[in-house]
Amino acid sequence: MAEIRLENVQKYFGAVHVIREVSLTVKDREFCVLLGPSGCGKTTTLRAIAGLEEVSEGRILINGKPVQNLHASDRDIAFVFQLYALYPHLTVFENLAFPLRATRIPDAEVRKSVTSVAESIGITHLLKLRPGALSGGDMQRVAIGRALVRRPKALLMDEPIGALDAKLREQMRTELKRLHLENGSTSIYVTHDQVEAMSLADTVVVMHDGVLQQVGSPSDVYLRPANLFVAQFIGSPVMNIADAQLRDEAGKASVLVHGAAFEVPREVLAAVSSRQVKDMALGIRPEGVLISHEETAGARSVSVHLIQPYGPFDIVDLNVGSQTLRARTPSGFASGKGQQVWARLDTTQAHFFDKSSGVSLGLRLG
Amino acid sequence: MAEVMNRLDPKSRAAARGFSDLAIRNLFVVPTVAFLIVFNIFPLIYSLGYSFTDFRASSKEAANFVGLQNYRDLLADPFIWTNFTITAKYVIVSVTGQVLVGFGLALLLNRSFPFKGLVTTLLLLPMMLSMAVVGLFWKLLYDPNFGIINYALGLGNFEWLSDPGIALYAVALTDIWMWSPFVMLLSLAGLSAVPKHLYEAASIDRAGRFYVFFRITLPLVAPILLIAIIFRTMEAFKTFDLAFVMTSQPTTELISIRLYKMAFQEWQTGKSCALAYIVLIMVLTITNIYVKYLNKAKQR
Repeated sequence: MAEIRLENVQKYFGAVHVIREVSLTVKDREFCVLLGPSGCGKTTTLRAIAGLEEVSEGRILINGKPVQNLHASDRDIAFVFQLYALYPHLTVFENLAFPLRATRIPDAEVRKSVTSVAESIGITHLLKLRPGALSGGDMQRVAIGRALVRRPKALLMDEPIGALDAKLREQMRTELKRLHLENGSTSIYVTHDQVEAMSLADTVVVMHDGVLQQVGSPSDVYLRPANLFVAQFIGSPVMNIADAQLRDEAGKASVLVHGAAFEVPREVLAAVSSRQVKDMALGIRPEGVLISHEETAGARSVSVHLIQPYGPFDIVDLNVGSQTLRARTPSGFASGKGQQVWARLDTTQAHFFDKSSGVSLGLRLG
Repeated sequence: MAEVMNRLDPKSRAAARGFSDLAIRNLFVVPTVAFLIVFNIFPLIYSLGYSFTDFRASSKEAANFVGLQNYRDLLADPFIWTNFTITAKYVIVSVTGQVLVGFGLALLLNRSFPFKGLVTTLLLLPMMLSMAVVGLFWKLLYDPNFGIINYALGLGNFEWLSDPGIALYAVALTDIWMWSPFVMLLSLAGLSAVPKHLYEAASIDRAGRFYVFFRITLPLVAPILLIAIIFRTMEAFKTFDLAFVMTSQPTTELISIRLYKMAFQEWQTGKSCALAYIVLIMVLTITNIYVKYLNKAKQR
């Protein structure tokens, strides 16, 4: 079991700076997910931890021991590759046995370990087959089994279920979570799929352009995004982001979104002015845009622009000023384009950002 | 509209030029088939007929059918078996040497270094030379009096080609020099086809260098290496020019040289046809054994 620490890790590919000053601590037994769009450096970071990629600067510590100059085989870390990387000429049994045999573990013990791992991931019936005869899901099970068989200090996974179809992904996600709880090895998991990240992680690490954007629990990154990037990357459908100006008229505070005013509590005024922000952006998730058929206090009349049914709910684009706002409604709530409804903002779900730096003002109401 | 459709349909487009797809296919295939029949299949069958006769191309006498007499004579002839033994020794030494040197070179070249392309091309040069020219050059290199090999190795007047015990191996060495690049080329293709992520997986699995080589590299390159071995065995088995040009020891009389003498010096045309068929059957047998292994290796 292991604690993994990165200290100011930097990585260049030629002139391209792919990891910028990344510092991160993954605690023992933690399930940490590196999340970000493709090309953000998450896979490179993972490969650097495994020793498959050299870092240009900085230190990587496993249990306090610097390993950045050690060969992958000396770090005692298991790695699950996105495209499985199974040995095509060996049977499933021999694939699972490979890490054990490579370190000259006696045959009887190999047999025992392989059988027990095969049972725990449900591939006992496949042991005699070669990888070429397996389905994608089974190949990934074998790859995970091969990683688990020698009880590594840490388990690194690079989009392990990214190549599977949606249904199988969901099933494997549950299985990965169960395996993690059973084995308790420190896990670092790379994905670009936020649903995967939210459902698996103890800690989500959001990366963008080689920089850590936010490190926190899944609810943290969802409820308190540190900046505009995290706010827009996490959550589906995407959060509404709009330029916003605060107004103080006739004792009522309001925020101007796309030129349309929505009422907000007066405390916002004081909080924002104390932070001296030049331009502000307001972020609000679709579920924070409340709409109703009847006029309610603080609501304004808007027209429906577009309805996207998702099944359990609809996402309705509302014409607000010159642009649109996405609102989440019960399915069938809006009848069609042009319908007039009343909309207001749930200010407890509003996020305020400094528009120029993108950083959250950390302002939470209610 | 009909005109447009016409232009889009490849069949009618070809038809417009007077050729159907079928006609074009025949145009390419027919000459090849004709050539094959006239120069390969016909002589093959004709010589099979000769192998059952006492035909001599040098005499005007008509050929007499002698049944399996030629085959019986040949297989009972101890001298022929000596030739086969010499050939076997030659094949084993030469092919083994080529595989070791060629595969070794491929392992060395299977990484990136400056001037890799140039080095690889230079290493391939021997393979592109003519057998007879290589034979003559190596004869000079081996020369006991002024050859550079003895000079470089400080062997004095060591007789490479006139010592009956050494000559065969000297010829095999030349063959190794000439054809190792071929094995190297195929091995290099095989080595670079091994996916990089397997090596990454193996290093994660904490496998040592030797373990990786014997457990991953070798099994994955085996099929293409076997193909190289098949080609080289077939070639070595029928080696003629190299040995013929370099030396004329009884101990270097490969089966193909014996065949040549029988056919064109002793003019035993019928018998030599029979011998040629025996050689053909042997080569086919050996090749088949390899192919079986190859299929087994490929199944994995």
